[in-house]
Amino acid sequence: MSDRIVGIDLGTTNSLVAFMEGETPVVIPGEDGSNLVPSIVALDGGNHTIIGNAARNFLIETPERAIYSVKRLMGRGAEDITEELKLFPFRLADDMQAGEVLRIQLGERSYTPPEISALILRQLKRNAERFFGEAVTKAVVTVPAYFNDAQRQATKDAGRIAGLEVLRLVNEPTAASLAYGLDKKKNGIVAVYDLGGGTFDVSILKLHDGIFEVISTNGDTHLGGDDIDNLLIAIALDDVKGDMGIEVRRSGEAVQTIRKAVIEAKIALSSQATTHLDVELPGGHRYQREITREMFEQLVQPVLDRTVGPCKQALKDAGLKPEQIDEVVLVGGSTRIPKVRQLVKELFQREPHIDLNPDEVVALGAAVQANILSGGSVATENMLLLDVTPLSLGIEVAGGVTDKIILRNSTIPASATQHYTTQVDGQANVAIHVLQGERELAKDCRSLARFDLKGIPPMSAGMPRIEVKFLIDANGILHVSAREQRSGKEAEIEVQPSYGLTDDQVESMILDSFDYAEEDFRQRQVIEAQREADTILGALEKAKANAVWAQLRTDERKQIGKLEKALIAVKAGSDYQAILKGIETLNQATMRLAELMMDGAVTTALKGKNMNDTGVGEGPTAPHPMAEAEFE
Amino acid sequence: MRAAHFCNACGKVQPAMPVDYFTFFGLPRKLNVDLNGLEKEFYALSRRLHPDGFFSASEVERLWSLEQSSQLNDAYRTLKDPIRRTEYLLRLEGVELEEQSKQATEAARASGNLKKQVVPPALLEEVFELNMQLEELRANRKMGEKDDALEAELSGQKKLLEEKFDALFSELKGLWSEWDQAVESETEPARLPIRDKLLDLVNRRNYIRNLVRDVNEALEIG
Repeated sequence: MSDRIVGIDLGTTNSLVAFMEGETPVVIPGEDGSNLVPSIVALDGGNHTIIGNAARNFLIETPERAIYSVKRLMGRGAEDITEELKLFPFRLADDMQAGEVLRIQLGERSYTPPEISALILRQLKRNAERFFGEAVTKAVVTVPAYFNDAQRQATKDAGRIAGLEVLRLVNEPTAASLAYGLDKKKNGIVAVYDLGGGTFDVSILKLHDGIFEVISTNGDTHLGGDDIDNLLIAIALDDVKGDMGIEVRRSGEAVQTIRKAVIEAKIALSSQATTHLDVELPGGHRYQREITREMFEQLVQPVLDRTVGPCKQALKDAGLKPEQIDEVVLVGGSTRIPKVRQLVKELFQREPHIDLNPDEVVALGAAVQANILSGGSVATENMLLLDVTPLSLGIEVAGGVTDKIILRNSTIPASATQHYTTQVDGQANVAIHVLQGERELAKDCRSLARFDLKGIPPMSAGMPRIEVKFLIDANGILHVSAREQRSGKEAEIEVQPSYGLTDDQVESMILDSFDYAEEDFRQRQVIEAQREADTILGALEKAKANAVWAQLRTDERKQIGKLEKALIAVKAGSDYQAILKGIETLNQATMRLAELMMDGAVTTALKGKNMNDTGVGEGPTAPHPMAEAEFE
Repeated sequence: MRAAHFCNACGKVQPAMPVDYFTFFGLPRKLNVDLNGLEKEFYALSRRLHPDGFFSASEVERLWSLEQSSQLNDAYRTLKDPIRRTEYLLRLEGVELEEQSKQATEAARASGNLKKQVVPPALLEEVFELNMQLEELRANRKMGEKDDALEAELSGQKKLLEEKFDALFSELKGLWSEWDQAVESETEPARLPIRDKLLDLVNRRNYIRNLVRDVNEALEIG
């Protein structure tokens, strides 16, 4: 079935892909058996991209060739990531121009955040394709509820670059509620508290006979476990400097080693009262320290307190008191921290639900939504998600003021119509500046785009009547269309996104990633051929020490020696076909050697070992009889 | 009358019509609305119009579903809220509502023009007094002084305003019923006085709301 739609949680720290198996959503594991693909991307020495767990070591060994938490950079401009640059090892591309979309330097290459996210998505796509044994091209992808238009668009772009059609962006807390509400039996008010690796969301929903109606949502797209880690890292760095007199702040390797250790400590403190930090620093120094849960809780309190405001605002916007909330659901790895659970319990005066794995519940919900979109099943019948836009949409009017035209927490799709006219006779263009945010002045809101209405028929000033329709679709993404009503002419709109890629840029990135894919593929072929050559050369080396080697004729031994040298020579190059040819000829020449050794193996088997133990049995993993043979 | 959202013959979604929100739900232009019934209708229509149900439909059906469901959401959002509903009806009845929004204030401040804002006559006296006090408070703040007595006085005023604000809501409900009766029995010219009373009340209410906000802002600074 080529119409299969998967659900993807593209997280700050970990990403997952899930699907509905019958009536149950399940996570698809990667090749390493793990459900979580860490959102880490690295470039190895040969400029191959490494994703997930395999990229972890690069963070410590070659930090300048690895990146994590790229979600924090999605849909943002250079000027609003100054804080991020201080706290995270992001390096802007050396040749970045002002006004250009962010690009991150990774080794010798540079990537925009959507491209890096695309690499993660492509890995998830591959995992799903390996699992199903067929191509996967459609996905539902989750985003933080509080993501603005630019951040959503960037996520969609990432999907396109990765070769995935993103059918729907679903808000993470809402997705979680879908996973929880699968039993559909419950009606009532649910609050979802979602504290992940880098983002915080709170959503309040009304459940009614399978309809999941979001009433209000709030959050902070730069608040999560990362911030807790950074606090712990800062303390460790101060310690190292104060107690040991060493300044390692500038050493990416040291900082990443410390980061790894404090994350482990943080996790340990969720289940034990005290933990021991023990970090081997580069240069042979060793940093040790005891951390108690009490110290930890004191330290992170300011971070946790930042979630209180959004929760209260969401309640206020919903017109509800905490006691009117029937259920509270916890989502995101950071909600494993006991202090977080305590805070949520106090805020909503309810014991929160933790039945589902907080790392997986969002991906499971995405799979549920994917199932609904593909026509549904018995499990999702009657389920419908009605989400809201998290931020008000406005346009800039005289005096730099924002005129709000779609208020936050409006159910989406939502629309608004505005009328414009001209100021000057014969004016052919009208510019509209679209903003997102709650502040009154345009400069304090997020600039989304400048729309230029073009081709207005020449009329005297004030005569044209241009109707502009703003529509926020079910993904929370804005669409604008315009019509000059007197002429009935559809106005041409030129969009200049304030942050983010143009269509052409995304298009060229899709090609780029194909180019890389091809290049990656060629390189992988060479590497695989080299590996195969190593295997046969190694086996030959061992065979020479075996008694059967002497049974070969001199000319046979000579010929094998010649071909062996030839293979070693082509192996050093990058012509994979030459390598394969070398392997093939050497294979031919060693046929009799292999046979003789097989006989020897059979003899061994007769001594009490079976064929499997000798490794000469025919299995799919033994491309050559010699490959896996082990002789004693 | 009710807008036709679906084809009578085949039941397929139809393009969105430029109808008013009352017509969209098949409701008369009355201000007392059965909110439970409205919600039920909203859910029922959502199930049939939401884009989620149209992923395998033709492109034109997908577009119509997007337009129809956005119109449905816009209509429901407007009609379920008592104030938005009243203001919307007044606009349908040809009234331009006073621009007393914060935006207008800010725009006036930025451009240096006087805000086009009419103080409802009934409020003239106390507004004058209150604005004097607010000015004084802001001046004090600038000098770095704190006048506890003044702040207490303002807090008291605010409380009175809030009570007035709440009282206006019950007054509004009375006018709703007058309007609804007029819709049934009276000719259009006969409805005009009720419309104007509604307008006056909405203006007063918005004015008080803005005053409360100004006081809150003044008290919370610093």
